[in-house]
Amino acid sequence: MSADQVAAVLARLPELVNRREPLVRRGRFFSGEFLVEADGVPVHVKVHEGRIETVEKGPFRMRAWRFAIRAEADAWLRFWEPVPAPGYHDVIAMGRLGVARLEGDLQPLMANLRYIKEVLASPRGTVGAR
Amino acid sequence: MAIQFEPIVGRYATLTMFDRPCRVYIEEAGQGIPLLCLHTAGADGRQYRHLMTDPAITEHFRVIAFDLPWHGKSTPPVGFHDEDYQLTTTRYTDAVLTVADALELDRPALIGCSMGGRIVLHLAAHHAERFRALIGVECADHQTSWYDTTWLNRPDVHGGEICAAMVSGLVAPQSPDEYRWETLWGYMQSGPGVFKGDLYFYREDSDFRDRTALIDTAKCPLYLLTGEYDYSCTPEDTERTAAAIPGADAVIMKEQGHFPMSENPAKFREYILPVLDAIRGAG
Repeated sequence: MSADQVAAVLARLPELVNRREPLVRRGRFFSGEFLVEADGVPVHVKVHEGRIETVEKGPFRMRAWRFAIRAEADAWLRFWEPVPAPGYHDVIAMGRLGVARLEGDLQPLMANLRYIKEVLASPRGTVGAR
Repeated sequence: MAIQFEPIVGRYATLTMFDRPCRVYIEEAGQGIPLLCLHTAGADGRQYRHLMTDPAITEHFRVIAFDLPWHGKSTPPVGFHDEDYQLTTTRYTDAVLTVADALELDRPALIGCSMGGRIVLHLAAHHAERFRALIGVECADHQTSWYDTTWLNRPDVHGGEICAAMVSGLVAPQSPDEYRWETLWGYMQSGPGVFKGDLYFYREDSDFRDRTALIDTAKCPLYLLTGEYDYSCTPEDTERTAAAIPGADAVIMKEQGHFPMSENPAKFREYILPVLDAIRGAG
């Protein structure tokens, strides 16, 4: 699994998230920008009131973001398996396992943790076999 | 048709805990060998409701769960509004023994999960004569800190939401949604700072690596059960703990997380019934 493949999965976040009304409603107090990184390649996600507005693959010049979730590309694929293995089933678990890092200004992440977790997990089971 | 009550009955009593009177909620079901149940951090005794409604258990065990002060239906003591709640090994141990004494339990069996599993080791080391068997669920002698607990209680992050979101991944992917969300609801309901105050015990005041050597399982059998998806108390943590205690029986539970008795009660039965049978067999 390459960073390009992770970026291709993340590019589907608008269709995966925006059609899930309960998830959009959960994120209605969150507007902001964050990075999801795989093998050092950043993907910039912009959210407005719970709806995913844009997803762009980097690299970027002077792009603003509040927090970043960084992992190896392989870890993201494991995370998106239909029934992930222990440790790869949750972004906080991946942090505990040492395969993901949460960085930057964590306040908006923590204030919207359930929403962000569910956004990141939304491709689960829809990603082809490695 | 007559109302179908569950067999669980709850009552309140004022007991001395945390060095002052505390109004404590205690519920129970069944008859036979007392089985005292300790809830996880930031939660309450409702986590044991499935044990209390399982005739295979309640025919032989008097299953008793109490809510620690500040938790569930136990009120915080007078003056709580000017304090930061903080659980310690001493306070936790006193609370458990106070309930056992108040109910005049004769060498009860005890099951504790997570922080309740941690205190099991202290009870095994220092109060083994008080118990006929100890069951540590998601139990280990120590845990390295894996997140900053100050996030759990600050005004710019909703306490109920963050407590549940922080532990949601501790529920195994295979656990039924109904029980996953009921388990998380308990975390959503926790009072401000209570989960964080429990974690003071769990993270700061309970490095028990120095006392596993004191545990004599011939005096009081010790059973350890840990879910494979638990990344708080990992299977490796439990196996390391069991390896340091001769005679400790450790089982890693498939498709279970950190809250087996409440997140997947049907699956937990497969693991807890043999333990309870062994306790009955020992008399």
